[in-house]
Amino acid sequence: MTRSMDVALTINGEERMLRIEPFETLLTSLRDRLHLTAAKRGCNQGVCGACSVLIGGEPARACLSLTANCVDRDITTVEGLSTPLALSPLQAAMVRAGAIQCGFCTPGMLITLTALLKERPQPTRQEIRLAVSSNLCRCTGYQKIVEAVVEMVGGGAA
Amino acid sequence: MTSIHTSVGHSIERLDAAEKATGEAQYVDDLYRPGMLHGAILGSIHAHAKIGGYKLDAARSIPGVAAVLTGEDFSCGRTGAFCKDELPLARGKTIYMGEPVAVVAASDMETARRAARAIEIDYEPLPAVLTIDEALATGAPLVHEDLANYAKIAPSFSEGNVLWQCRLEEGKIDSAWSQCDVIVEDVFETAAQHHMYMEPCGALAEIDRGGRLTIWSSCQSVHLVQQRVAEWLSIPMGRIRALAPKIGGGFGAKGGLHVQHLAAALALKTGRPVKMVLSRVEDFEIVRSRHPARVIMKTGAKKDGSLLAREANIFLDGGAYADESPTVLSFAVLMARGPYRIPHLRSRGLVVYTNKLKASAFRGFGNPQVTFAGESQIDRIAEQLDIHPVELRLRNAVDAGDRWAGGQTLPACGLRECLTKLREAVEAAPAVAAAPQHRRGVGYSAFAHISGLLSTACNIYLRSDGSVAVNTGVVDIGQGSDTILTQICADALMLTPERVSFASPDSDSSPYNWKTAASRVTYMAGRVVLAATIEVRDKILRQASEIMECSAEDLEIRPGGLVGLKGVAAKTVTFAQVASHALARLGGPIMGASSLLFDGERLDPKRAVIEGFAFSNLGAYIFGAQAVEAEVDEVTGAVRVLRAWSAHDVGCAINPQMVEGQIQGGFVQGLGYALTEEMQWDESGRLTNPTLMDYKVPTALDTPIEINPIIVEHPEPSGPFGAKGVGEPGLIGTAASIANAVAKATGKRLHRLPMTPERVLDALIGES
Repeated sequence: MTRSMDVALTINGEERMLRIEPFETLLTSLRDRLHLTAAKRGCNQGVCGACSVLIGGEPARACLSLTANCVDRDITTVEGLSTPLALSPLQAAMVRAGAIQCGFCTPGMLITLTALLKERPQPTRQEIRLAVSSNLCRCTGYQKIVEAVVEMVGGGAA
Repeated sequence: MTSIHTSVGHSIERLDAAEKATGEAQYVDDLYRPGMLHGAILGSIHAHAKIGGYKLDAARSIPGVAAVLTGEDFSCGRTGAFCKDELPLARGKTIYMGEPVAVVAASDMETARRAARAIEIDYEPLPAVLTIDEALATGAPLVHEDLANYAKIAPSFSEGNVLWQCRLEEGKIDSAWSQCDVIVEDVFETAAQHHMYMEPCGALAEIDRGGRLTIWSSCQSVHLVQQRVAEWLSIPMGRIRALAPKIGGGFGAKGGLHVQHLAAALALKTGRPVKMVLSRVEDFEIVRSRHPARVIMKTGAKKDGSLLAREANIFLDGGAYADESPTVLSFAVLMARGPYRIPHLRSRGLVVYTNKLKASAFRGFGNPQVTFAGESQIDRIAEQLDIHPVELRLRNAVDAGDRWAGGQTLPACGLRECLTKLREAVEAAPAVAAAPQHRRGVGYSAFAHISGLLSTACNIYLRSDGSVAVNTGVVDIGQGSDTILTQICADALMLTPERVSFASPDSDSSPYNWKTAASRVTYMAGRVVLAATIEVRDKILRQASEIMECSAEDLEIRPGGLVGLKGVAAKTVTFAQVASHALARLGGPIMGASSLLFDGERLDPKRAVIEGFAFSNLGAYIFGAQAVEAEVDEVTGAVRVLRAWSAHDVGCAINPQMVEGQIQGGFVQGLGYALTEEMQWDESGRLTNPTLMDYKVPTALDTPIEINPIIVEHPEPSGPFGAKGVGEPGLIGTAASIANAVAKATGKRLHRLPMTPERVLDALIGES
């Protein structure tokens, strides 16, 4: 058996102490230890994107990230995107556009799109499609997810 | 928040969108209970083998292991909806690779999986059948030796590995061929598609001190979970309470059990809560797939384009267990005529057992397979007669007042409008030239489906504050039915949707609902919600008439929860006042209730030869037509769909934005079915691509930039506000549309799905 280790993580701006296994993934730590369940376990293989989180501001698959490597880096999950009383503009746009059906891909999509908008505040439709292509959705056909972002950044994107 | 009181026809936001956007929505894997154990499965390593015995001591001795169960721990008989052939865990023999043969509960998932791997099973391998041809071969090994003795709900014509056969005949097919000027005949083959809902299947079962089980699971019906778990655990249904948290998509696969009974059995054995969530690989290997099919089809027409005769011979690969196969087969046979007036029809089919994962219900339910065949042939005839493919479809399209094969009358039909609007939209779109070494074409399809089936019920009451509580037992699997049903109730009472609350399904307290399936919830549950709401509305008017000392006929419902005196704007009472009056005068709240068993026309044996059908009536017919512009890369064989249009007669769009979402989502699932998705098994019966790395579902970049929904509304007389379903049809014609576009672009017709670059290239090279 491997030896457990104690780590401090900064998640959504809050410091959390936890005891982890050395090869534990961030997804396991978030979900099974901290019960922060917005990041979903869709494939546990890095393909579907439902577990996407921001690590140091960069989008990453929590299921492929080792918690031990995340010490000293800011981790943002979907729980950190909204305040208790208000949705973020992106969340509100997704709700308005009908971009959410079953909702299982939604947290990962929001993380991917948050990262996109930080880098490219006025993305083109093709840039949005490219970003969204890192996450799978089986309900919407992606159309209304792309439209939500197009509408939010002021439409007219080529 | 919206302030509209006429909800129907407005794209209000989904009720649960905000909680899904914040990550607060809870799916079964997000639930944790004190002292909870984790369940793991050991799957069979053979496609077909006798089970000689088990060595369980090594697994049981691992610290943290609380229980190990095998098929020998279940005393129940075989069960199933149409043919009782299935056991909760393999017993005596295993009949597909990956089939659960043992389960473990342990303190954590790692330990549970390690213990499952420590179980030794004494297998005696048997020869397996993996394809339709192998299953039908003389002397083939039998998947179910005892098939003749299994209980079935209807005559099945079972024999050997043939689970079920059925046929439908109208007119005089044998003499009709000689009157045809053109006849086309082809063999079409389609692949096993996986539902690939984003949320893997899972269940959490908990037992209380009184021995009662509570089961949260990813399901399409809490009532079905309660019934089937009770059967397999041999306990009374009253000892089971089934609940549905948020569901991350189902598409048909979660309409039957997956692991609910296994989690429940482990909870009963250990006395502790047990969560069992499948890994993605397990989900691919053991849940369900779409039926692989071979459709041999022949269609004949006159020179003027009128279709005269069609014969379809349908072979479905049902996998290891019957599950929904008898109905999928029957439905495929029923839909093979297509939405056309074809006077002479012979449609027949069979479904075989093979030593593979069971095939079952999946969006389209046997219809995508026969529609791929039928709509490919319509285009072949159009080509041979030099008639525009839309024109040929219009010349033969069914209309309101016509009958479907088997005799059911079509009270409303917007197919012609779908086709006309589709063609207008395609022709209005600016033409774009093909890139070098690419060829472009536009392809069309038309299709029908049904919306309905079986039973559903609703009760509603007026709370003392004038708000309304709706309870239906319907599980919203992500498509948004909670919102639609809320809109229907709110509209009939002229309330804003926030004044209506929708109960979460609970087998203890919800009225019976069969399933979220068959594009039925808007139509079937919508009907009972509307009927119960109207009962409440009438009672509100009667109670208000006592308060206002006038006749109920002189009163009207007004927006915002008011009853007013007709013609007198100032004279009103609130729903809250009415509710309080009712509580005081009647001693109880105003309530309404409605239940419904689908009441449409039945298949009519006087109109057609009908044998082996697993149902006698279905639902309201729904119609649509689709067009795609596709581009074929001459060098790689890759097909890209550049633009798509999808027109659907939904009777009435209760929430247009959500209708569009169903159309676009269905289209993209159909795009995967057409181009990339195929579950593949090797010669040993092993599924070779049970991961999202190897099984390719479309990403955003694989979809066309535009998927243009066209909503057509020909009110269905029996539907709520005229509405009928739209859950499935977005997918049904997609493979055919794309195949027709590829044929238009290249002159080559593909007869097999998916149309991978390799297959397209083979077809292109065949041209030289």
